[in-house]
Amino acid sequence: MVSALPVLLAVTDLSIAANADGRMDPILQGIDLSLNTGEVLGIIGESGAGKSTLGLALMGYLARNCVVTAGSVAFEGTDLFKLAESRRRDLRGVRIAYVAQSAAASFNPCRRLIDQHIEAAVQHGLLEPQKARDEAAAIYGELGLPAELALRFPHQVSGGQLQRAMIAMAMSCRPDVIIFDEPTTALDVTTQIGVLSALRQVIRNHRLSGVYISHDLALVAQMSDRIVVLRHGRVVETADTATMLQAPKDDYTKSLWAVRALAKPQRTDTGLAPELLSIEALDAHYGAFQVLHNINFSLTKGQAMAIVGESGSGKSSLARALIGILSPTNGRVRFEGTVLPSSYKGRSADQLRRIQFIYQMADTALNPRHSVKTTIERPLKLFFKLPSAMREERIRSLMAAVELDERLLHRKTKSLSGGQKQRVAIARALAAEPSLLICDEVTSALDQIVAEEVLKLLLRLQSEMLLSILFITHDLSAAKAVSDRIMVMQKGKIVEVGEAQQVLTSPTETYTRELIASIPQLRVGWLDEKISAARAKRQAI
Amino acid sequence: MAVVALICLVSLFAPLLAPYAEAQVVGGSFEPWSATFWLGTDSIGRDMLSRMLYGGRNTLAVTLSATVLACILGCTLGLVTALAGGLTDLLTARLVDVIMALPQLILALLALTVFGTSTASLIAIIAVLDATRYYRIVRASAGNIVALDFIEAARLRGEGYVWIASSEVLPNIAGPLLAEVGARFSFIFLFVSSLSFLGLGIQPPLADWGGMARDSAALLAFGDITPLVPAGAIALLSISMNFIVDWLIDAQTGASS
Repeated sequence: MVSALPVLLAVTDLSIAANADGRMDPILQGIDLSLNTGEVLGIIGESGAGKSTLGLALMGYLARNCVVTAGSVAFEGTDLFKLAESRRRDLRGVRIAYVAQSAAASFNPCRRLIDQHIEAAVQHGLLEPQKARDEAAAIYGELGLPAELALRFPHQVSGGQLQRAMIAMAMSCRPDVIIFDEPTTALDVTTQIGVLSALRQVIRNHRLSGVYISHDLALVAQMSDRIVVLRHGRVVETADTATMLQAPKDDYTKSLWAVRALAKPQRTDTGLAPELLSIEALDAHYGAFQVLHNINFSLTKGQAMAIVGESGSGKSSLARALIGILSPTNGRVRFEGTVLPSSYKGRSADQLRRIQFIYQMADTALNPRHSVKTTIERPLKLFFKLPSAMREERIRSLMAAVELDERLLHRKTKSLSGGQKQRVAIARALAAEPSLLICDEVTSALDQIVAEEVLKLLLRLQSEMLLSILFITHDLSAAKAVSDRIMVMQKGKIVEVGEAQQVLTSPTETYTRELIASIPQLRVGWLDEKISAARAKRQAI
Repeated sequence: MAVVALICLVSLFAPLLAPYAEAQVVGGSFEPWSATFWLGTDSIGRDMLSRMLYGGRNTLAVTLSATVLACILGCTLGLVTALAGGLTDLLTARLVDVIMALPQLILALLALTVFGTSTASLIAIIAVLDATRYYRIVRASAGNIVALDFIEAARLRGEGYVWIASSEVLPNIAGPLLAEVGARFSFIFLFVSSLSFLGLGIQPPLADWGGMARDSAALLAFGDITPLVPAGAIALLSISMNFIVDWLIDAQTGASS
């Protein structure tokens, strides 16, 4: 069936290299793929796999320091890289459109959405301004946006709306192909599902061809008919979505699939352990704005609790209140039986030592000029007066505990990879021998597989060292992987707290249910079910 | 680089190289260039060559100590206020604005008149005035660093100001700071020479290039190029210093990109 359709885009043996200080670094090597009319092709891979370079190359566009070293990209039979720049520009935006990851960065903040929307169509002489405006209103309607939204400036609409507006803009010239480069990565899960549904329907209604690029397998599986797996600039595997999900052939693809199956073994003895942390009636403000409303919860020794919420839910503010950076305006934090001073400045060295914090961005959490050794050694020097031989020994055992190669000991932290940095940050926290570890979105800046390894590491450390962990995340599947209990937050309030299994399988609150239902699942047809369910609900009302 | 190294070496070993002592009157006034006095003599008959060598030594010593002192002063102030923040930061910044708003030379002249023209007060006054520039650059670059998570992490560990400033912040701003030290060095060198030219810098009988240029300036009218020797030396050293600074900056941006 596939072969009967005309090929719209064909990439043959494409290699692209980037010029880095006179040296040519290959980014893509020998890529072969094709996109048929009316088909959506998914491209997945980790960051650095070359996804975005490939996406741009499909429009005949290269970043300034890149060159095509071999192969071709043919659109309806013509090699895009052999065309004159002006001809290529005519194709771009008109026949081939692009939707970028960050809509906020892609719109001009000083112009109204509608003006930017119709610009391409009017400039290319395809439509009269008035006709273009009418069409814009129609597309906005299809994407579930009110037509008057188009008159606003980009900063006056929400992130999800802006992303839809960008998709609408890509449609303005009625292109044949749209390339979506991680179009929902910057959005919360509940917002993401709305954008995905709208996108899916538009593609279907207009019989669009598309390329959907993402690192999230479940998303690609919903959006595309075929999937290409990319790694280190090469195609690892290509197959129909259903085949790819059920019977992946390549080991790398299999490992991508396995990531999602991670779950924490159930513990039964947590009720007996003594209480470590209890928060009583905590309120906090940023200026006049209240970020935390009457927070009450407690944590026992050796327990892992996930705090889940979307951006702006107050989960990070809660963490900052616990470590004493944000002083609460009301309420108390009781830790190991004593009330903690509200600011870290008032806390004793021992109190500081026993609560350790791990940051989301390991890049900024480690001093780039320090070596791994200096970084891990510092808390040892500060909190424990060990002789230097014992300190060396301790550093080595900590590095082993976080599975870091000993040869990295004298490397500067800036030369490490993202995953290695996060491990160093964890080792530094463990060096203080804390009883409570607060992890703020520690995996969200990492690739799926690396994130998985960090989660496994935390799990292992938690059970071996009897650590208590507060795991702050927006990702419910990560929460499921590491926690005994889950606390759901929304708008600075606690929505629901309970045993992880219970919260995930039988949530009592509507918001929790909505949150759980929004996590994309790794099976064909999940999104379609969501769309028809939403439609049925609308009809019932 | 070679020029700067040569001048520094020659200045360092001036007592060994100079044919006569610094303030020794050895001949008549304004004797022409000869085998005995390679560069002639000055207004009261001291050997120009010897005074050139000693002069370089004096000027460089004052410049170097003022630069180092200014750097220490400015860095400390910049780091402390960047870390402390709040009112301290605000008040210091405004005070520095006031000092910088006044022309440096006029301020220095005023201060020298008040405190006297000893070498120590000369170094101190230049250092204080120049510290404001270091303060600015350190405060600005440290301001970006202290906002990063690893500084917060250090504070949460209970680290003191001294550790945070010296081990967490300073290594991250060392690059721009180093280039600034080079640039400021040649500014101070010129500044000291200008003050001496005006008679307020290094005081006689100590030799220095600025003072020597002024002392013999009148000779130019008689077609004698002797005053151009100290003046040329000043120009040569500041230009070479600027080349070094450029090279330092290039090396840095090259390394960071």
